Formats: sequence, structure tokens, C-alpha cells
Amino acid sequence: MSNEIKMVEAPAGVAGEGFFATQIDQVVGLARSKSLWPLPFATSCCGIEFMATMAPHYDLARFGSERPSFSPRQADMLMVMGTIAKKMAPVLRQVYEQMAEPRWVISVGACACSGGIFDTYSVLQGIDKIIPVDVYVPGCPPRPEQILDGIMKLQELVKNEPMRRRNSPEYKALLASYGIIVN
Amino acid sequence: MSDVLVKSVADKYAELIKQKENEDGSELSILNLGPTHPATHGIFQNVLLMDGERIVEAESTIGYIHRAFEKIAENRPFYQITPLTDRMNYCSSPINNMGWWMTVEKLLKIEVPQRAQYIRVIMMELARIADHLVCNSILAVDAGAFTGFLYVFQYREKIYEIYEELCGSRLTTNMGRIGGLERDLSDTGFRKLKAFLKEFPAAFKEFEDLVSRNRIFMDRCIDVGAISAEKAIAYGFTGPNLRAAGVDYDIRISNPYSSYQDFEFDIPVGKSGDTYDRYCVRNSEIWESVRIIQQAFDKMPKGPYHADVPDYYLPPKEEVYNNMEALIYHFKIVMGEIPVPKGEVYHSVEGGNGELGFYLISDGSRVPYRLHFRRPCFIYYQAFAEMVKGHLLSDAIVMLSSMNVIAGELDS
Amino acid sequence: MALANEIILQKIQEKFGESVKNFTEPYGLITFEVDKSKVIDLLQFMRDDETLRFNFLTTLCGVHYPDNEIESQFAVVYHMHNWMDNVRVRFKTYLNGENPEVESATNVFLTANWMERETYDFYGIIFKGHPDLRRILNMDEMVSFPMRREFPLEDGGRTDKDDRYFGRLPNNENLN
Ligand code: SF4
Repeated sequence: MSNEIKMVEAPAGVAGEGFFATQIDQVVGLARSKSLWPLPFATSCCGIEFMATMAPHYDLARFGSERPSFSPRQADMLMVMGTIAKKMAPVLRQVYEQMAEPRWVISVGACACSGGIFDTYSVLQGIDKIIPVDVYVPGCPPRPEQILDGIMKLQELVKNEPMRRRNSPEYKALLASYGIIVN
Repeated sequence: MSDVLVKSVADKYAELIKQKENEDGSELSILNLGPTHPATHGIFQNVLLMDGERIVEAESTIGYIHRAFEKIAENRPFYQITPLTDRMNYCSSPINNMGWWMTVEKLLKIEVPQRAQYIRVIMMELARIADHLVCNSILAVDAGAFTGFLYVFQYREKIYEIYEELCGSRLTTNMGRIGGLERDLSDTGFRKLKAFLKEFPAAFKEFEDLVSRNRIFMDRCIDVGAISAEKAIAYGFTGPNLRAAGVDYDIRISNPYSSYQDFEFDIPVGKSGDTYDRYCVRNSEIWESVRIIQQAFDKMPKGPYHADVPDYYLPPKEEVYNNMEALIYHFKIVMGEIPVPKGEVYHSVEGGNGELGFYLISDGSRVPYRLHFRRPCFIYYQAFAEMVKGHLLSDAIVMLSSMNVIAGELDS
Repeated sequence: MALANEIILQKIQEKFGESVKNFTEPYGLITFEVDKSKVIDLLQFMRDDETLRFNFLTTLCGVHYPDNEIESQFAVVYHMHNWMDNVRVRFKTYLNGENPEVESATNVFLTANWMERETYDFYGIIFKGHPDLRRILNMDEMVSFPMRREFPLEDGGRTDKDDRYFGRLPNNENLN
């Protein structure tokens, strides 16, 4: 074990004696991206791969997601893993609605992305039919490395997200197109 | 929608609540547990009627990941059904795969060479270990012992690595072919297997030392969710959950398949059928599985790894790329244009959770006319509502984990 | 092997006579048909008889044969298992295509409860006397029975399965 502590790189800014000036967007983005609390919404096989991702071999905690938050109210990142049947869809939607802004969604696995191999009457053909998705992770099931890659992609998104995005009319329109009302 | 359901159950409970109130003035409350509750691994909904911390009545609802396996199976040729079986009990996919191939081989009357059978046994037992490891370590997590989980999960990764040597994937293995295996287990595979056999027992011993005699764990598990042997049989229990109740029914012994008769192993049984017995039976089964794998590894016969059935067995890839005939054969087999007799077969294997049966009706066409899966989880989960009665809420969680209900298998 | 197939045959024929027929043995598993009015008696007899001792109902499932005559368009297939002698049997009962109804086995085997609910859910077969015959896997709002042969497998709502994506229609350029 090395004692070396790695720090993230500071965003671009002006530094002088005793001060450092930069954009608040970037600082907030940086902080957020390194402490995303996941809400694992694991229904089936992909959930087992998520277990492997949490376990020591792959160790999701390295990416600032140490604490899986099982309450939607305190989660930032909804990870949907596994088949979502039509019977389950309203539940997923409710969970999404209960999350506080800002919230991100990762759809893990072919099933969550598109229905996967289950093109049947009982399976929802992709969760993006009911909630907006930020990152899609393909695979059936995706390897833990892929899931980690998906999370890193999301971190990138989070880092560069403008502060005002969630208040913008475009974002509201997006939610409205899913029938989710924001006040 | 789930609100509607909760309400309908609540209406059913209304009478009981009133009656109880009249009796001694105590108040019962309704609690909806699931379908996405962090403590339940998988998608189960239970609407509970609670008297304080105690469960008075329970009503289970399932079907939250119903994926219509049986309907899909009626529309797919044989080779495309294995991916479905993977996703049934996804903690032990190889057992499902092999069970399905054996059903097909039974229908087509194909004899599988010894070497393939032995490798299949190794894979199935590895799968059983992986399955039981998940169940027991998660049970420990639910009882508050997180460390055990971290210890043994490392070894599940090792098992996955061995799968990868044979089929290339980790979880949804899609392993095997009609008549044998798609490739021989490579030298690397054997090396990894050997390393696993050497390292795993020590690590698993550590897990047992850590958890099995832990006072808190024992208090949480002993006498929780006991079920008698008669009840268990009536409810259709099979597998470790039944053996925990003291019945030594194991298909590997009663109807040996894939050369299980060549190996020496015991069937561990419990006594009272409670959570602790289920835990112990699974643990002992892991040891037995290690024993079987060791024997199969030592006795591994030489020879071909698949039967000589060009009508059903996919030709090797180099041929397919370079040879017209082979390409046509490949195409035909994958599309299901293979000679299939009419008939019906039932074949069962000892899955991670019990008797995993396949009932196949073939009408001679390229797809099964009907394929019914006997899914052990689905059948024994119906006892859960009765078993939790009178227990504390926290005990219900432990019971659920110890029964190892896999959502994919439950909801088909 | 204590219990030979002949003995089973003989026992059952003795007791049920005309109501059982078509004995076959595909792949070594005794198979026969039984009249739908006798199913429960048969289950009970098979379980309680001293020599038969079929103590375990392995599985129960439905089958749909839309091409048969109306009287036999549905079948319910029971698999039983005698653990003491390790013998299995399978029997079927054929039901009417318009109103498939059969007695429920829940009083004989508790485990039949969910199996019958599943069969009802898939095929709409009514099990008379079942304590709680509701849908189990599918949504309660569903009206049709998905495992009937005429029911389509695929979800109708997919928009990406457009033939134009595969170049099968001339107006490829109009993709959007
Ligand atoms: S994508 Fe594949 S592995 Fe993941 S839930 Fe779907 S079927 Fe299972």
C-alpha cells in the first residue's frame, strides 16, 4: 500500500496569494461527480453482476459510490439493472419521481435499455419509455468493468453539467414529455 | 397499481382488524413490504398485517419480472432456448443449461461421452457452490454480518473465471451443446480449477468460522421459520430447503444423470427445517460439491467432448468459415431445421434450489410445442406467507434470504 | 425396483375402469389420460393407496391444442412422483375449449395452489373449488390469456422493428 494520496485536478481558475477563483459550476460538478450515491434498482440477472461490482474484486466504492442509498429520497443516481416488466413499470416510475433533483439514471443491461432478449407481451421495451435515461450500458449482462465504465461516463456528465440545467425550459419539457410534472 | 393491490388486500384484512379490536382493543396495522425493498433481494411484494412487530397475516404477490419464458420457448428452436434457461436461476446458470441439454438429448436419444459428462458435472457443482455462496453470504449480511460476504465473493469471481474458460461468459453462460460441450475445458481452465480446489476450502472454512457459530447469527436463525417435513412435502419443497427439514431427497442420487453415480458424496440433511438448518445444509452441500469436483477432476477420462451427432452438433467454426457444407449445416441447426421426433419427455436435475424439471412436448417441428419449466422457487415460495405468521418482521427478512428465492426463477 | 409399471397400470385400471385410457410409456414414463370428472379421485387414490404411494405432485401445467375438437382443446398435465420406489407417472385430462373447467387439486396437495393459479393465468382454465383463483404472474388488468396459441408473443408497442431499417422498403431515405 502506498501512502500517496491522489487529488483530483482543480478546475481552471485564477490563483493568487490566499485565494483561488473559479466557476462555481465546476466546483459543484466536481464535488457531485465524486460522490454519487447510487440507488440500486436491481430486479434480475444484471443485479447479480451489480453485486459483483459492489464486492471487493471490482469495488464500486472507489468511485465515490460507497454508500448505496436504498431510499430514493437520498439518492443521486438511479441504477436500473434487470428486466422491467410492465407490472413493475409504475413502481420504477414512482421511485424516479420520489428522487430529489438533481437525479441521474443509468440503465444497465440490454433488458433495461431495450427489453433485451425478452421481446414479449409482459416486458417493458426499454425503461426510456417511462423515465429519461442518462447513460445506457449495453450487455447481457454487462461485465462489472462495463458497469464501472458507465458510472465513469456519468461522472463526466455530472461534472460538466451547468448549474441551471435543471431549471431550464428544455429540461422541464423533457420531463413533461414523460408526463412527469415538476413544480 | 400496487396501491390498488395493497388496498384490495387491506379490504380483506379489515374484518380481522375489527375482530381483534373488539377482542382486546389492540390495533393491527398493514405494512407493504416490497416490491423494491432493500432488504428483500429481488422483487417480492408482501402485504403484511402486523400486530406491533409481529406478523399476523401475509399475502405474497409475485410476477414483477414476469418475462414469459414458456411463451418464448414455444417460438424458438432448441439452440435458442438455452439463453432463456440461463436467465431462470441466474445464480447457477450452468445447471439450468445442462438440464435443458439433457432433456433434449433424452428426446433425441443421444449418448453423451464420458468426458463431457464429467466436465458437465464439474460445471454444475461449481454452479451449485456459487449459488449457495450467494445465498449464505447474503443471509449473513441480512443478519448483520457483512464481512463474510466480502470474504467469499472473491471466490465466486474465481468460479466465473473457470466458466469463462469453457464458454466465454460469466453469468449467463449459455454453456454446452446438444450432445456435449462446445469446446473442451482448456489447460488454463484445468489450472484454474486446480487452484480453486486448493484455495477455496481454506477461505470457505474461514467464512464458516466467522459466521456459523456466531452467537448473534445463531440467535437470529435458530427456530426461525421452521417447517415440518410433512408440510414441506405438501408444499412441494425440494432441494436444500426440503433437506433442511430432514428429507433426503436428491435427484442426483434418486435419478442419477450425467454420471453422478460415479462419484461418492453424501446428502446433508437438517432436522427442524429452520433458517439455521437451511444455512447449514447449504454449507455442507458446498463441501460435498467440492468433494465431487475433486473426484471428477482426478478421474477425468480422456476422449471426445461431444457426441458424434452432426445432425445436431454445430460444426467447428473454421469449417463454417471455409466450407460450404458446414455453413449450411450451421445455419440449419441454428434455425432449428433438425430431425426431431414427436414425443414428450420430462427430465429433472437437482438445481441450486431443488428439482428443476423440464417438460417438453415436441410435435416434430422446429420449435417445441410446449415447454414447461418446473421451477422450484415458484413452487416453494407459496409457503412463505404461511411460514412467516407469528414471526417478527426482521425474522421474515432472514427467512426470505435463507429460502433463496431467485426472482428470475420465481416469475418465469 | 419394487413398483413395476404393470402393477401401477393394473391398480389404476381396476379402480377407474373406463375413465382411464390410452396408456403409453414414452421414454419409460407411464402416461395416460383420465376423465376430467375423476381427476381428484385419481390424485387422492394415487397418493393414499398402500402400494402406489405417489406422495409428491411434481408439477402441473396446461397445454392448448386449438386444432383438436372442441371437447379436447385444453389439457392439464399432472406429474406425480413416488419417492419410496422412485417411480414417476404422468396423466392428462382434456378439457372443453370453450369453458375449460376442472376440479381443483388444492385439497389433496397444497402445492397445487400456485400451480393452478399459474395455469389459470396462462390459459384461463378454471379450477373449481380453488380458494383464491386470481392471476399470479400477469397484471390483474389483463383480459386475455397469454399462453393460448393465438395470443401473439411479441409486444405490439415496438417502433424500432421497422422493415425500412432493414432496407426492405423503397423509401429508405424517409427514416426519421
Ligand atoms: S440484460 Fe440480460 S442479464 Fe441483464 S437482466 Fe436482462 S436478461 Fe438478465
